[in-house]
Amino acid sequence: MNNLIIMPILIPLISGVLLIFFSKNIQIQRWGAALSSFITMIVSVMLVQQVKTEGIQTMDVSNWEAPFGITLVSDMLSAMLVLTTSIIAFTCIIYSFRSIGEDRERFYYYPVVLFLIVGVNGAFTTGDIFNLFVFFEVLLMASYVLIVHGGTKIQLRESIKYILVNVISSALFVITVGFLYSVVGTLNMAHISERINAANQSGILTVIAILFLIVFGLKGAIFPLYFWLPGSYYAPPSAITALFGALLTKVGVYSIMRTYTLFFNHDAGYTHQILSVLAILTIIFGVIGAIAFWDVNKIIIYNIIVAVGIILFGVSVMTPTTLAGSIFYLMHDMIIKAALFFLAGVMIAITGTSNLRGFSGLIKRYPGLGWSFFLASLALAGIPPLSGFAGKLLIVQGGFEGERFWGAAIVLMSSLLMLFSVMKVFIHGFWGNPRTFEGEDKVPVGALMVAPFVLVGLSVLYGIGTEVLMPYIIKAAETLSDPSIYIEAVLKE
Amino acid sequence: MKTNDIILQTVTKITVFVIILFSIHLFFAGHYYPGGGFVGGLMTSGAIVLLLLAFDMKTVANVLPIDYKHLIGLGLLFAVGTGLGGLLFDVPFLTHAFTSVNLPLLGETSLHTAVLFDTGVFLVVIGVTMTIIQTIGEDE
Repeated sequence: MNNLIIMPILIPLISGVLLIFFSKNIQIQRWGAALSSFITMIVSVMLVQQVKTEGIQTMDVSNWEAPFGITLVSDMLSAMLVLTTSIIAFTCIIYSFRSIGEDRERFYYYPVVLFLIVGVNGAFTTGDIFNLFVFFEVLLMASYVLIVHGGTKIQLRESIKYILVNVISSALFVITVGFLYSVVGTLNMAHISERINAANQSGILTVIAILFLIVFGLKGAIFPLYFWLPGSYYAPPSAITALFGALLTKVGVYSIMRTYTLFFNHDAGYTHQILSVLAILTIIFGVIGAIAFWDVNKIIIYNIIVAVGIILFGVSVMTPTTLAGSIFYLMHDMIIKAALFFLAGVMIAITGTSNLRGFSGLIKRYPGLGWSFFLASLALAGIPPLSGFAGKLLIVQGGFEGERFWGAAIVLMSSLLMLFSVMKVFIHGFWGNPRTFEGEDKVPVGALMVAPFVLVGLSVLYGIGTEVLMPYIIKAAETLSDPSIYIEAVLKE
Repeated sequence: MKTNDIILQTVTKITVFVIILFSIHLFFAGHYYPGGGFVGGLMTSGAIVLLLLAFDMKTVANVLPIDYKHLIGLGLLFAVGTGLGGLLFDVPFLTHAFTSVNLPLLGETSLHTAVLFDTGVFLVVIGVTMTIIQTIGEDE
């Protein structure tokens, strides 16, 4: 019995509901949203500490015991992801104050952002496969609203594609859960895991594993299924893109991580091999996109796809080292992608264009922006004192230990191309002849820079404090590599 | 040219009450028989839609001066509030309680906090349906 687990879901939910009543009062909207996301952040820190000291926390909602009711489970991985989500939500709301525009703010912007956080936090916390679907829908509904919010032409066009793809993948999700239920007869994740181990080596379970890979791959944008992402994420304003880029695909990645470590260990030679090949192809196609474009947003969007590939490669190798690396890289990537989208948003606000050929010499007038973008780029590529290093190191190391030489080499090569893609932005956008842009004086750069400064600072601390974080990460990886810890915590045997 | 809808309007005035009564019956029957908040709410909004068909939007807004978006919020508060009640008694979120009460007219009746949750569902369903229909209807 522990109601702290549900607080990161409940606080944004209640405050989102309350904000519906004050939709026309922008001040209440802003400060209500900021306050609630701040409290969520504090509660998540407490939750991480509790999981650290007392082990995996579970809560049987409405007091029905584990396999029969819905159980919420906070192991170290989900607690840390909830914390990262809350931090990003808070910075995104702060960033929205000056960037999103009053018309949008007046039209239920903050409640919808809070509902998105409810969905993401719920999906990270739940221990029930159908409940996971429901939270997916909560966050998808909110993201449908956010992607079309404002109703510009490009948003309308892209939202149709986005909704179409996600409705299809959600239907596939339900079908897959139906298959799984007909085989194992339970929906509780720990119980499913137990039953799958008992059923041992049934061909249909391998089919279900691949179906889950397709479903979550559509949500998380892996190689043949990422086609919807570059267009959709290009459409909305940068605050929303940051939220999407940092959170939505990562929920898909988390779900693959969870199902492929907890459920589908029985035929790892086949399923994890496919995952591994797809992850590597995702990396390759991602970097091709990242170096091909001359558009700031497009470059960062393709870097999301690369990161998804890197994390999943770590998952597919399935040694404790690579799992720790994947977790490390997952959290780093959430923070750094949000920071990069915020910074790109500031650049676009100043210059009025996202085309790299359209501006240069920004560092002359905006040194803070320039150097924080530089730091974020280095962190993205994984230069040692910064946050991207430790995760990638562990993945590569584990890859070599597991004798996946090609995969590990491609991860290494991809870092170089990622660095090239963002340095292209830095060199062409920030160096060169300073130009003046129409209306740049009106842009509140100081206020906009708060959120990216916080995130870049956090990413630097994250890199320097690797040693402090390591026990948490190892604890999370332990649960992933040994599902019996999870099962025992939930079913209390 | 103004069409004369007197038959439609008269029949509507009577039928709406029957539909609303039936929807309330469905709502309260939910615990023991088929029914519940969702279908009850849907049928209540069906009654309001019938009013909208027979009369125009302004008349209906005069008769029922409700902001349906607030109704959604209210319903959500009901549902979440019922769950939060559990926290006061140091049990998990959404733990329900029930008791049998001897009510003056109804006799031995079991009262269950799940009904409060269902009320939330009921209100949200009405709110969502009516918001959708009104927004599309007012659109030019």
